[in-house]
Amino acid sequence: MYYYVVVGIALALYVTLTLSLNIITGYGGQPTLGHAAFLGVGAYTAAMLMTRAGVSWWLTFPAAFLTAALLGLVVGGASLRVREDFLAITTMGVGFVVVAVFQYTPWFGGVMGIGGLVPPPGVDKVALLLIATGLAAFTALVSWWLERSWAGIALRALRDDEAAAEAMGADTRRFKLLAFVIGTGLAGLAGPIYAVHLGFVSGPDFGFHFSITLLTMAVFGGLGTIRGAVAGAVILGLAPEVFRFISDYRNLVYGGLLILMMLIRPTGLLGVTSLRLPGLPGRKGGISRAAP
Amino acid sequence: MTTRHLLEVEGLTVHYGKAIAVENVSLAVHEGEWVSLIGANGAGKTTTLRAILGLVRPTAGRIRYRGQEITRLPAHARVELGIGYVPEGRRVFGDLTVEENLLMGAYRIRDRARIRRNLDRVYHLFPRLAERRQQLSRTLSGGEQQMLAIGRALMSEPELLLIDEVSMGLMPIAVSHAFGVIEDLHRQGMTILLVEQNARKALVRASRGYVLETGRIVLSGPASRLQQDPQVQQAYLGM
Repeated sequence: MYYYVVVGIALALYVTLTLSLNIITGYGGQPTLGHAAFLGVGAYTAAMLMTRAGVSWWLTFPAAFLTAALLGLVVGGASLRVREDFLAITTMGVGFVVVAVFQYTPWFGGVMGIGGLVPPPGVDKVALLLIATGLAAFTALVSWWLERSWAGIALRALRDDEAAAEAMGADTRRFKLLAFVIGTGLAGLAGPIYAVHLGFVSGPDFGFHFSITLLTMAVFGGLGTIRGAVAGAVILGLAPEVFRFISDYRNLVYGGLLILMMLIRPTGLLGVTSLRLPGLPGRKGGISRAAP
Repeated sequence: MTTRHLLEVEGLTVHYGKAIAVENVSLAVHEGEWVSLIGANGAGKTTTLRAILGLVRPTAGRIRYRGQEITRLPAHARVELGIGYVPEGRRVFGDLTVEENLLMGAYRIRDRARIRRNLDRVYHLFPRLAERRQQLSRTLSGGEQQMLAIGRALMSEPELLLIDEVSMGLMPIAVSHAFGVIEDLHRQGMTILLVEQNARKALVRASRGYVLETGRIVLSGPASRLQQDPQVQQAYLGM
């Protein structure tokens, strides 16, 4: 029983993180290769506040959101200045920097990280599972709201064709920032749960590998849809449990899946065009986008 | 004289890197006019339109709208002033439904009732779009996408419509339909600045025209006179 609860918490965190990444990359079309770093910022915020300032675990949630979103705002600012391919590198770099800062700053516990993080009395693993699931549901709700709002339409439009969106009168810069702030802030919210679930935080845990895992989940499930992000997170989150016997080759399997997906089904398992039956008018990809 | 100018472009020069795309172009569009900008591929027509809308930054020159200098305004602010844009190659948002595309066009209007009214107007103008309002726009035919691009531009209630290569990649019947719509809009008072390779179609209903060649204006005048001009006839009308 305990095993299922622990796996359930991990899955709920994966769903939250993949959904939040989907807001930036799926809706806004902005590649991000350092998403785990924002979880790290949230987790470290919780860990620092709890161990250094004795702040209640509950109160670390808003703080984790704010710190992650603030860093997200900075990275989002970079997205206004660089092209998509450079943004991928930039976000990757931010991920490395965040990990390095945690790892090499004694104030953050250095290589040992911060340990001894326990949930408040009354919050056992089952309660933690409920809280994590609640956060996943909240993230899905935010995504759902975003899809239907003006901001959501504008984000999808700018993902399609930024210059055309600009020509419609949409201030594309504002929406990119919004996507970054909401997406990274939600990832930060997962931090306090992560921190007490594992009991310790350590810089390298939020590194490139984790970020790529999240991106793989989003792409595998289908960028740009809630169902895709959830499916990707659950399936790829469960895979290592189911395929424990190949655990040494997990990276190989992940990488292979990503390549296969790009070749066979670039929109992902449950992506934007997935609910259309073959034969019906679907993805034509024929819209002319001649260079101006 | 100046009060009748809706749009004035003065000495516009645009570089892409070191290459010069448009050099010292001056043109004016009066209220209610239909002005066509013709020229061969790469003559700088699209660049001129994009500079007027604010999608490229000119290296020199001034752009005025209703007498107000807009050279440094961002594109979204120019849309708000009343400039609508039908881009080359339609560039509808493929992952958005027809209706969402139209809503994007009304982006600057926050009043729901007005958006509703504009939607009704566009659906009235293009019943095909009304039938397909929930369809992803990438699944539309080229002609339907062109209607959507025009409809989307109309959603912002423009006074001046910039139209880029409306005939590009369309079947002749769709081209005729698109030009028919533009004629109707013009008759109802819309000011139009149209860029087109198909000089015959572009000049037939236009009030005035400009001929661009390698980034410069080489000829301008009433459309009827341009149509009679031997140079234009030879180079652009295939006579």
